[in-house]
Order: sequence, then structure tokens, then C-alpha cells
Amino acid sequence: MAAPEGVRAGAEVRLQGLTKLFGPVVAVSDVSMTVPAGSFFTLLGPSGSGKTTTLMMVAGFVHPSRGAIAIDGIDVAALPPQKRDLGMVFQSYAVFPHLTVSENIAFPLEVRKVSAAEIRRRVGEALELVRLTGYERRLPRQLSGGEQQRVALARALVFRPRVLLMDEPLGALDKKLRAHMQLELKRIQRHLHVTVIYVTHDQEEALTMSDRVAVMRGGQTEQVGTPAELYESPVSPFVADFVGESNFLDGVVISTSPDGRAVVRAEGGLELRGTSREPLHVGQRVVAAVRPEKIVPQDARASELNRGKGVVDQIVYAGDATRYSVALGATGTLTVKVQNRLASRQLATGDLVELAWDPGDTRLFARASDER
Amino acid sequence: MIGAEGQRTGPGTIGVVAIAAAVLVFLAAPVAIIVIVSFSGADYLTFPPPRLSLRWYERFFGTPEWRQSIVVSVQVASLTMVFATVLGLAASLALVRGRFRGKGAIYAMLLSPMIVPTIITAIGLYFFFVKLKATGSILAMAVGHTVLALPVVVIIITATLQGFDLRLELAALSLGASRLVALRRVTLPLIAPGVVSAALFAFLTSFDELLIPLFLAGVEVQTLTVRVWNSLLLEVDPTIAAVSSFLIAVTCAVLGASALLRRRTDV
Repeated sequence: MAAPEGVRAGAEVRLQGLTKLFGPVVAVSDVSMTVPAGSFFTLLGPSGSGKTTTLMMVAGFVHPSRGAIAIDGIDVAALPPQKRDLGMVFQSYAVFPHLTVSENIAFPLEVRKVSAAEIRRRVGEALELVRLTGYERRLPRQLSGGEQQRVALARALVFRPRVLLMDEPLGALDKKLRAHMQLELKRIQRHLHVTVIYVTHDQEEALTMSDRVAVMRGGQTEQVGTPAELYESPVSPFVADFVGESNFLDGVVISTSPDGRAVVRAEGGLELRGTSREPLHVGQRVVAAVRPEKIVPQDARASELNRGKGVVDQIVYAGDATRYSVALGATGTLTVKVQNRLASRQLATGDLVELAWDPGDTRLFARASDER
Repeated sequence: MIGAEGQRTGPGTIGVVAIAAAVLVFLAAPVAIIVIVSFSGADYLTFPPPRLSLRWYERFFGTPEWRQSIVVSVQVASLTMVFATVLGLAASLALVRGRFRGKGAIYAMLLSPMIVPTIITAIGLYFFFVKLKATGSILAMAVGHTVLALPVVVIIITATLQGFDLRLELAALSLGASRLVALRRVTLPLIAPGVVSAALFAFLTSFDELLIPLFLAGVEVQTLTVRVWNSLLLEVDPTIAAVSSFLIAVTCAVLGASALLRRRTDV
């Protein structure tokens, strides 16, 4: 596995109308998506959103109630997991405790009846790839969590699968190690051109690692896009809230313009401008979402900005930035995130502050009856 | 009354210790007496023995009938061990892994020989094997003992399987192993201590059981337990004590092996 010698590029995975019912419970409902060949694709969602069930259907451990799974155009729905030739890394690592590191990694080659010399060569390469050379004869219980995870990764890659499935693989690691493993995973994925389908509930992890992310909610895909698309133009308040974070203000549309912009009167009388993906009409109830770092305290008097006056209510110092809760009277409270630079003035609780933000950073969502 | 280390040392504690000691002595005494009597030099069963000798062991191991009974007992117990372990392992896998109707009922059925008095099972088996004209065979006795040993085997192996991380088997499948290869290379090695311990208990269940071979044994083919029973009815001499000591020694050895195995895998 040293170089892309003999490496088959990753495969395209296509899900069509995938549905899973557990008795009366709909775990996954009509999920369709295309995972481009060689891409790092993340299923992101809170627990119970159906992301792991979707992954398990691709792996073959869960049988879909309806729908199709095609890998490079070939329907695999009828194949058992051992015939799908997919690498899989579990959240619990699932490293075989009775086998040494190299026996673990040799396992998929042995069941494929690869010759002993070839096994030795490829296990060596796999160990090198995950930087565990020298650990060959150790038993899993002599390894740290991060090292066990690397063994699981090497074992899932050593037979050169074209798709690698990962179920919250870094969930059990501490923050520093997790950040390190994220970089390692990206490096390995780029090196091998393998298609990765990655499941996580950690939006930060999804944003930093993925080429594309599918945000899942209640068994359905809410939005599929690049990390930047999800962050900058979320399609729903849920995505705006789950990916990154957002301030939400309730209001009513008071005027619209043909370019998708609209003016909204928020509760408390504050008027603000924003953009919407769907046409809005005057009088419609909407939610306006704006990210904390887009709001600037005491900005220059540019007239096109949304602005509001408030009182600093709470201060949370976070090292690189400070987060302020600013109460805007009846309108509500906005969270403002300010980078800590020498030049930036620190605010104190009780300070009167004027906030400004760009209408382009203000997303307007029509309010469904039960949503926020 | 609180002692220096916070331990109660009152008349109540002394009473509990005394009762516990009495129970232990009461449990161990018959075994101790039998073993001591087996080394007696007297011509009849008497305690304490007037002098010590190995003559009853010579008699036991020197008589062809007794020697043949040892062979029969070991054969029956070994077959029972194989049958009960293989069947029990398969049943346990189905009971722990499977999702099917009537699972509870099947589990209860497998355990029922523990509740049904052995004599009832023995009579039932007797009529069954009489119809087959198979009484007096080692195979019949082993099948009978398998019925008795299955509950123990199923209890031990299901408990072991419940502690087994199923994701290890899923990982093996995802790596390309067939279900059989996953079972052989991942599941079995990891549950081996439980399976071996179940096998040892199956062996013991058969080795010291009297009722089933009492009904199923023939004139020629008798287990140790049956021969002890028959000789007790005819003549009571200290050979019985030597045979009993032998049974006790085998039991202790098997239980010791099982305990050692458990200790090794706990580390």
C-alpha cells in the first residue's frame, strides 16, 4: 500500500430511496444520495437521525426495507457483508483481542487466501501507512485507544477495499488525539484515493474532514453539500443550528424584493434585512438566523448593515475569542463572537453596545407550524 | 461493640462463625471419613481404622470388573462431554443470537432436566431404549447423560456468549470472513474458556451419576457408580471406600482444572 501501485481508485456509492423500518419505527426514510468516487463523504446528524442505520445498510449488516444501494453501478443490496468488499472501522475499534497487531491486520488477507509472503509484505506496508511499524507482536490490550484505532484502520484498508466505512471512529479519543487522527485519516484517504463514508455527530469534525456532508435528521437527509455550502447557506434552521451555531430571531416579513431579499420586523420592533432561498411574501412569519461571528460590536456607520442596540449580559472567555450575550430587549438575546486581538476592545457586563451585521449573513426561513 | 478496624466483634459474630464452621465440617466430614476409611487395614468398614494399608486400592484396581467399570465410566462421560458441548454450543448460539418465536419456551425445555427428578428422566429413557433394544450400551447411557448435562452446558455457554462483543464477529464478516470462519477464528477462541469449563462440568455430570446407568446398564457394561451400588447391596467391604475416594479425586481434579482455567483467563 506504499504508493498507488495497483490501487484501484475509490468507487462511487449511490443510494436510492433507501428506507428502513424497525417494526412501526421509521429509522431511515427515502434517503437518496450519490457519494462521488474517491471522496470523503460524511453523514452528520444527532443520535437517532438514521446516520448509523444508513451506514449499516451500506455495510450489509442491516437489510433495507426498501431502496437500492449501488457500488459503481452494481446493486449490492442482496450481498452479505463479507461479499461486499468494503472496509469498515467500528466505533469500538473491534480489534480482535486474542490476535497480535500483525495477526489482526493479516486477517482479511488470510481469509482471502493471499500467499504468506504477500501477506507479510502488505501487513508491513499497512503498518507503515498508519505509523505503527514495530508494534507487530503486541496484543491489543497493550495498546492505547488511538493505537487500537490505527490497527482497526490498517486492517480495514489492507485488502484494498474501494470504499471505507467509518462509524464514529474517533468518538472515544481525547480532543488532541482526535485532531491528530483527523489529519492522519485525511492524509491516508488522499494517498489511497479510497471513497470514505464517515458517520459522526460532531459538526466540527464533519466540516474539517469532508468533501461533502449529508446532514441527517429524523431518518431523512436535510441537506447535502460541501462544508462551506452547509455553513454559509443552510437550507433550514435545523442545519443553521446543527452545523456551526446560529442566533435565531422570530419576525414577520414587511417588504420583499425580487432578488430574494426581504425586510423583516423582529419581535420588539427591530427591523432587519436578510436573504431567503425561497420566495417570501409580506406578512409571512419567518425565522432569521445569523452566526455569532458575523455580528460586530460598534461598527462604522455603513448604512446597509442590520443594526441593533443592546446591553452586554454575559461574557464567556474562550482563549482565541470571547462570546458575549447581548440582550436586545423584547427582540431577544444575540450571541456575538469576537476574535481576541490586541486592537479589539473588551466589553464589560452592563455595557451599552451597538451591533451590526450584513444582510447577506442573515438567512430567512419561512416558519413551519411546529418548527422554531 | 466496634473493634479497632471498625469490625464488629461481639457474641453475634462469634455465633455466626461457629455456625459456619459447623456447616463446613458437616459438609466435608463424610468425604474425609470415606477417604480415611479407604486406607484402612481392617476387613470391614470401621472408623477410625485400626491400622493403615493400601489393600482396598489393590483390590479395586486389581479386579477386572472394577477396572472395566472405570473404562465404561470414562467412555460414557467422554461421549456425554462431546455430545452435550456440541449440542449446547449450537443451542446457546441460537438462543443468544437468534430472534425467533418461542425462544423462552425452548430455553425452558433445555433446562427442564434440572427440574424434573432424575429418576423420572431415567424411567422415561429406559422405556425409550427398551423399545430400541439398546439398553446396556455405552451410547444409550451417554445419550441419557447428555440430557442431564445439557442444562449446565447451556447455562455456562449462554452466559459466556452474553459477555461476548458481537461487533468483533461483525468486524470479521466485514473483513471478508464467512460466518463459519468468523465463528472458528474469532468467536470460538474468545469463548473457549467458557466452552471448556462447560465440557468439564458435562464430564462430571456423567461421571458421578447413578440413576441413568442404573436403568440402562447391562450385566457386562456397568459404570463405576452402578457397580458401587450393586456391591453395596451384596457385600459391604472397604473397596467401596477406595472407589468413592477415586470418584472424589477425579471430581476434585476436574473442578481444579476448571478453576485454574478461569483464573488464567481473568488475568
